[in-house]
Amino acid sequence: MEAKDTADPSLFEFAEFDEKAGERIGYSNYSYWRSTLRVFLKRRTAVLFLALLAVLLVFTFVQPLLPGQRSPTKINIDPLTGMQFRNMVPSAQFWFGTNSIGQDLWSRIWSGTRTSLLIGLIVGFVEMLVGIAYGALWGYVRRLDRVLTEFFNVLNNIPTTIVLMLLAYIMRPSFKTMVFAMCATGWLGLARFVRNQIVIIRDREYNLASRCLGTPSRRIIVKNLLPYLVSVIMLQTALSIPGTIGWEVFLTYIGLGLPVNIPSLGNLVNEGRIIMMSPELRYQLIFPTIVLSIVTISFYVLGNAFSDASDPRNHV
Amino acid sequence: MVTLLIVVTAVFLLMRLLPIEGYFGDGYDKLSPSQREAVLDKMGLLDPWYTQIKDFYLRLARGDLGTSTIYRKDVAVADIIVPRIPYSLGFGLCATAISLFGGLAMGVHMARHKGKAWDQVWTGYVVIVNAVPLAVYLLFIQLYGSSALRLPILFDKYRPESWILPALSMSLGGIAGYAMWMRRYMVDELNKDYIKLARAKGLPSRTIMVRHVMRNAYVPMAQYLPASILMTIGGSIYIESLYSIPGMGGLLVDVIQRQDNPMVQALVLIFSSVGIIGLFLGDLLMALFDPRIKLVKSEGDR
Repeated sequence: MEAKDTADPSLFEFAEFDEKAGERIGYSNYSYWRSTLRVFLKRRTAVLFLALLAVLLVFTFVQPLLPGQRSPTKINIDPLTGMQFRNMVPSAQFWFGTNSIGQDLWSRIWSGTRTSLLIGLIVGFVEMLVGIAYGALWGYVRRLDRVLTEFFNVLNNIPTTIVLMLLAYIMRPSFKTMVFAMCATGWLGLARFVRNQIVIIRDREYNLASRCLGTPSRRIIVKNLLPYLVSVIMLQTALSIPGTIGWEVFLTYIGLGLPVNIPSLGNLVNEGRIIMMSPELRYQLIFPTIVLSIVTISFYVLGNAFSDASDPRNHV
Repeated sequence: MVTLLIVVTAVFLLMRLLPIEGYFGDGYDKLSPSQREAVLDKMGLLDPWYTQIKDFYLRLARGDLGTSTIYRKDVAVADIIVPRIPYSLGFGLCATAISLFGGLAMGVHMARHKGKAWDQVWTGYVVIVNAVPLAVYLLFIQLYGSSALRLPILFDKYRPESWILPALSMSLGGIAGYAMWMRRYMVDELNKDYIKLARAKGLPSRTIMVRHVMRNAYVPMAQYLPASILMTIGGSIYIESLYSIPGMGGLLVDVIQRQDNPMVQALVLIFSSVGIIGLFLGDLLMALFDPRIKLVKSEGDR
């Protein structure tokens, strides 16, 4: 049978070829970091804590520049009687009161927060470097696997508390000791995580292809493997900061913390602990703990929220 | 066991770096340098390190951990430690038991009310326990817990109610760990096919929980147990000293503050061994619960 063209030709026309429209279909406007940000901003509590932490951090570093601040280590003396302002309760003059030798608790707390945050940031950074380097070599270079596993097991099997105490005891209390001791134990968790992830993804086809093309190991690790681990690395680094502050308080309690003339959150909590038995002096314990808890809880919540947000599986 | 040996040796070598004042007791300043040399020499501390390790293991085999220099002068370390072991052990076991039951109950509760108010409350608890330093919240529990519940603020072995606060404090971290793990496990597990089948054939949800979900949860739980023992060690060092419990953890803090090296060495070795044995037991338990896991390599394994 002969096919008969019954359609009215006036209903049809030739379409113009639009080059831009063709491009648009083959291209998705998915951006990893924008999606991460979008998921992150959806979490109200996380945003709240972010704002809180930002304000606190800025204030901590701006505080000594504000007018009318006292030095955290200056012993304040009453001009009328010539006596020290001992254990003054919070008032208009001393916002958070003074401690047992007349130092201003307000400026001590902010100075202490600075010290503790500084320790936390340095330790977090070093842990990140060491953890990634160790984990990447451990996971990717098969020849090193046995040695690195043994070494890791030995370190990981001794309780962290013991290692920290031992290092701090051997090296005498100082800022450097503190940072070194925490760095020595903190990278373990990150290293193991990076290693496990790399073992999982190192033999996928795209890495195999890279290797066949002669890409050096270094480049495979940095370009192919590590971008997968951004979320884990962020989480661990953010979590290491409250962890570090916690260990600092613990070591100070044992008597292995920073020297007493450096105000730090650990030292302040410990000074407060000594006099906590008299209820009217408890403000010396409570104020440092409040600031400390805000800092650590914020970092913890933010770390978790960010790691959720940076996981591409949560982006849809 | 090999790991234990390596760790003990590593810790022992680290100990050689301890500040030497800790070997002399009170008389450090009075001694002349040559007298100090003589004391160190007598203790065998100037020998090359391999001789020291050999001597150390020989003495260890005889059960000799050295003698205290400051804490209780010239008393054998073993004699000081042995009467303290029951306290540490008792608290450790109590805390592990409480954290196991409390944590599992909390985890199940969270999973059942997922996304509702109770879930949020317990999540808040977990965040606080994980984020706020141990040393801070335990202090507040001691301070306000004792006055609010009218419990004694320090440990007293003749008053059983003084056990409550320390044991509870020691288990807080473990509860949080178990609860989070259990919640995640339940949420993942409840969507699996075998649970749907069990529900479809009309089993009540309680039976599903007990017979199916919980039973499968034992294996990974056993894996988590050693970690919780390690955590109890860290907590016990702080808590025993806080409540002045005459156990080993408090003793460690004490001898570090007084710089008694032989005591520090003995206690650190004991604590690290406990940690490793805990990990080992965890592996063993896991193999016991799950017949698919084998610790011994068999033919055809990778």
